[in-house]
Amino acid sequence: MSLSLSILLTIALAPLVGSILAGLFGKVIGRAGAHTATLLGVAIACGLSFYVLYQLVWGGAQNFNQDIYTWFQVGQYHASVGFMVDRLTAMMMVVVTFVSLLVHLYTIGYMADDPGYQRFFSYISLFTFSMLMLVMSNNFMQLFFGWEAVGLVSYLLIGFWYKRPTAIFANLKAFLVNRVGDFGFLLGISAILYFMGTLDYQTAFDHAPELVGKTLQITQNHAWDAATVIGILLFIGAMGKSAQVPLHVWLPDSMEGPTPISALIHAATMVTAGIFMVARMSPLFELTDAALSFILVIGSTTALFTGLIGIVQNDIKRVIAYSTLSQLGYMTVALGVSAYSGAVFHLMTHAFFKALLFLGAGSVIIGMHHEQDMRYMGGLRKYMPVTWITMWIGSLALAGTPFFSGFYSKDAIIEAVGESHRWGAGYAYFCVLAGVFVTSLYSFRLLYMTFHGKERFTVAHGHAHHGAHASHDDAHGDTHKEDVHHEPGILEHAPHESPWVVTVPLVLLAIPSILIGFFTVGPMLFGDWFGKAIHVNEANNVLGELAHEFHGALNMAFHGFTAAPFWLAFAGFAVATYVYLFNPSVADKAKSALKPVYELLNHKYWIDELYFAVFAKGGVKLGEGLSKVGDAAIIDGAIVNGSASLVQRIASGTRRLQSGFLFHYAFAMILGLILLLGGYWLIGQ
Amino acid sequence: MSNHLLSLLIWLPVVGAIPVLLAGSGRPGLARWISLLVAVATFAASLALLPAYDASTGTLQLGESMSWIPSLGINYSLAVDGISVALIILTTFVQILVIVGAWEVIQNKPHQYMAAMLILEGMMIGVFCATDALLFYVFFEAMLIPMFVLIGIWGGPRRVYATLKFFIYTFFGSIFMLIGLIYLYHKTGGSFAIADMANVHLTMTEQSWLFFAFLLGFAIKVPMVPVHTWLPDAHVEAPTGGSVVLAAVMLKIGGYGFLRFSLPITPDASHHFAWLVIVLSLIAVCYIGYVALVQQDMKKLVAYSSIAHMGFVTLGIFIAFLLVRETNNPEAARLGMQGAMVQMISHGFISGAMFSCIGVLYDRMHTRQIKDYGGVINVMPIFAPFYVLFAMANSGLPGTSGFVGEFMVILASFSANPWIALFAAFTLIIGAAYTLWMVKRVLWGDVTNKHVAELTDVNGREIFMLSAFAAGVLILGIWPEPLVHLMDASVARIVEQLAITKV
Repeated sequence: MSLSLSILLTIALAPLVGSILAGLFGKVIGRAGAHTATLLGVAIACGLSFYVLYQLVWGGAQNFNQDIYTWFQVGQYHASVGFMVDRLTAMMMVVVTFVSLLVHLYTIGYMADDPGYQRFFSYISLFTFSMLMLVMSNNFMQLFFGWEAVGLVSYLLIGFWYKRPTAIFANLKAFLVNRVGDFGFLLGISAILYFMGTLDYQTAFDHAPELVGKTLQITQNHAWDAATVIGILLFIGAMGKSAQVPLHVWLPDSMEGPTPISALIHAATMVTAGIFMVARMSPLFELTDAALSFILVIGSTTALFTGLIGIVQNDIKRVIAYSTLSQLGYMTVALGVSAYSGAVFHLMTHAFFKALLFLGAGSVIIGMHHEQDMRYMGGLRKYMPVTWITMWIGSLALAGTPFFSGFYSKDAIIEAVGESHRWGAGYAYFCVLAGVFVTSLYSFRLLYMTFHGKERFTVAHGHAHHGAHASHDDAHGDTHKEDVHHEPGILEHAPHESPWVVTVPLVLLAIPSILIGFFTVGPMLFGDWFGKAIHVNEANNVLGELAHEFHGALNMAFHGFTAAPFWLAFAGFAVATYVYLFNPSVADKAKSALKPVYELLNHKYWIDELYFAVFAKGGVKLGEGLSKVGDAAIIDGAIVNGSASLVQRIASGTRRLQSGFLFHYAFAMILGLILLLGGYWLIGQ
Repeated sequence: MSNHLLSLLIWLPVVGAIPVLLAGSGRPGLARWISLLVAVATFAASLALLPAYDASTGTLQLGESMSWIPSLGINYSLAVDGISVALIILTTFVQILVIVGAWEVIQNKPHQYMAAMLILEGMMIGVFCATDALLFYVFFEAMLIPMFVLIGIWGGPRRVYATLKFFIYTFFGSIFMLIGLIYLYHKTGGSFAIADMANVHLTMTEQSWLFFAFLLGFAIKVPMVPVHTWLPDAHVEAPTGGSVVLAAVMLKIGGYGFLRFSLPITPDASHHFAWLVIVLSLIAVCYIGYVALVQQDMKKLVAYSSIAHMGFVTLGIFIAFLLVRETNNPEAARLGMQGAMVQMISHGFISGAMFSCIGVLYDRMHTRQIKDYGGVINVMPIFAPFYVLFAMANSGLPGTSGFVGEFMVILASFSANPWIALFAAFTLIIGAAYTLWMVKRVLWGDVTNKHVAELTDVNGREIFMLSAFAAGVLILGIWPEPLVHLMDASVARIVEQLAITKV
């Protein structure tokens, strides 16, 4: 029993067809046509992805690995487009298409008033196609294609509201920061081609052991270990895409895009591409402790320090964005201790509960008539109960409450780090433990500020002002200015629960956010679920060690109540409850007492300012300098126009020789004769 | 007719220019239609090369030869290999779009404009076909004349400066090439055939002199740093069609010249000085990238970006020497050389498309200053996606043609020396920075002024032109293998020859 190519092609291409229909013929097929076409395309992809997963896990299907067409063939070098589908791929395909499907549905409600409706559907379907090409690839060329294609769609979607200056700044920034990562990634791919002579995954993995002992000559008497170079270069790509410090700066700004894409692209799927990639390349990464230590340190720094920023944010989406950064850090840490399946497992649970949180935040934003500042929220639970309950579920999962999906994945990562002896594991262990407290603190802070306590907004006109409501919505639709349309804290109408297209996805995401961990932790993390898709050397197998202590999901959860992470999370919960529910003035006191710390976090360690000054402004300065000095002054000024004017000066000089006086000519002749004779004489000597 | 297919390709547009001229300024419509007909016929004829040319061997084919100036041993001899075929089809394809692009835009003496374009096309095809060095030289120089006229008559306000600079710059370079050719003529005992020149034994000193003579000629054409400053001026002053042809085809003649002359005739000197060309290519990628970043004029920006992208052509050609002769990796050399060739074709599409887009804007606004634009997407929603597509291709996005060649060259250069790859790959960042920053300032944002607000979207003719470019960019990006296959055997032959030393 094997998977058929036509099914896999349908999975990849159905969203592309939907995207093209909505994008090129959006005017013809109209709004309903656009969302039907794309929804159908993604639904087909999602259904078939589940089928593929089923076949692989229960149907006894063999892994699929086949080229579809040759992209180029130059001598022995071959690049192709093809699919490799094993359980790792199938799991990613299910996560991507499932979240994408729900986001498509949600978008019908969220973007209902937007003039760019068809364009939006076209983009998110194009994204689904690109992401599927990325995860289903069987070679590095196509991986890079998908890698950059999702970056393109991210660029288009962050800048979706292209009239906003902040949005078009953010999308350029996102693209360029990602390109810094891709720079490393492309060099990593080049290194693989150099050492392995192939771009094909399977061939490269089969020959991976031959890398041991090979070196790359850096200078005349300096060489680096080949596997380490490859590992670090590939990981630089992952740092861009998965927003690891110091390339994390683009992700918070990406919140300028509409909320559905924050859920789909900037939380659940695209940003996890780096994690997926490292897991996919585990046979290569296992060869290099140095690169894994590098990954470990980067990941743990990201996990803790970006989470801290989340505590001081007031924009509901930004809190979740920093939370995403921090959770991506956890996944990276897992990669760094060779717990690849732990990383992928957290990737999966995170996709569900983080998509849920973002979509919930979107629901709050709709309910609040496009207010995103939590300082003007509070007490929303009575207006929007479905959103409130599902957000609680998402947050409990995020905070790592036992039995919730996030508990299983995060606890496993923390324990894996504790088991690891890799260089940097001590630092990482501190970071991930401290991160638990931080995660819990910002998560419950968000819940309390949004749904509980006093209402910090006033409703200006009361409920039954329908005429104004309609005109307000129209005005919003035309300008898409979510942020500047009213006085902060004054709403034209009372908050309301969102329509069913919005709440149904919330409920559908809440279910796996609670349950998926419980049911899958055994096989996926401690069993041999991924098979050969993930390769771990025996010496590094921390999850294998933990498996000895694993006695079922129920047992793990009960055990969780007695472990440090639970109590750290509980402490975060307690602090948040005291400060944000019972005694809000404490927050202000703490802010002024810890002013330097607050400033540091509020300015995100001034990294954005630093980058802007050095790279953006510095780059322009450098360009101006080179342009003025190099091109204008030296080449054109001195050499080109200089030689032109030199010719002119020589000409005007020589013109003077043509004076018309006979004695001048005679003198010149005599001089010439002397020189000529003198020359012969000299040569004769 | 098939044994004279190459002659047909060269002379059809030149002869076709006569009725276009005869149509006169009184009947511009007739002149336009005739020139379009001629361009389409030439394109169709160039497509006949594909079945006629056997791509599996990579040899020079479809040869024709007759004595031209017997007393000097100069022959009118033509032949093509896979690389020439690809470049010829690029030329004829772009030419149609240039004529469509100029359709009602050129109001001043349209018949002469169209005729100059057609003559230029014939000369460029001649360059790609010539196997006799002097014939090559004649086409190489003759090409300058219509371009000189195009910039000089239909150009912008500083057209006289630009056109003189362009002419003198390129002429200066080619004079040295001519001296080199005459020297070789004596060495071969009276033959201008390039194949004979390649077989002559030359000492290292001779090769070095000849190498620099060729380098000057072709480096200016490409253009390479530091002899690139004519290009931005020429582009800024040239009419849109002139810029398109200049960027899309004429620059390629520099890269093509390296392949036909420097490599086979002076292989050892080329190897010895490969580092120089490589360093200059990397400077083109990095230094020019920064210069492009700060340009205020869209055409200048794209002109500088052309220089940076052409850096990959020279890089791909010359790392082949390191790979063949130093690291003994001819397979990677082939990949790099192939990348350079693909980059030439791809850059033809992308630069042509970018200049056409700027032309579309210029026709409406009569300014190319970036600061005069802003929020164009609001008023030109059909034009904007094209512009974004071409900008992304210019940034080397996979799935567009801009990625293919650069990808191959970077892969190959890593095998030569990781540092070369490091600097080359910098294009990923800087290329995206200058292109997308321009997109941000021109396309995105709210409408900035009333002139932008009054813009009308592209019409059917412009949509056709941009769609044709888009098709080229996308097809080549999604499936480059047909193009690669067309050139592969020829590239392999060239790489094999690199290993053979002459001294």
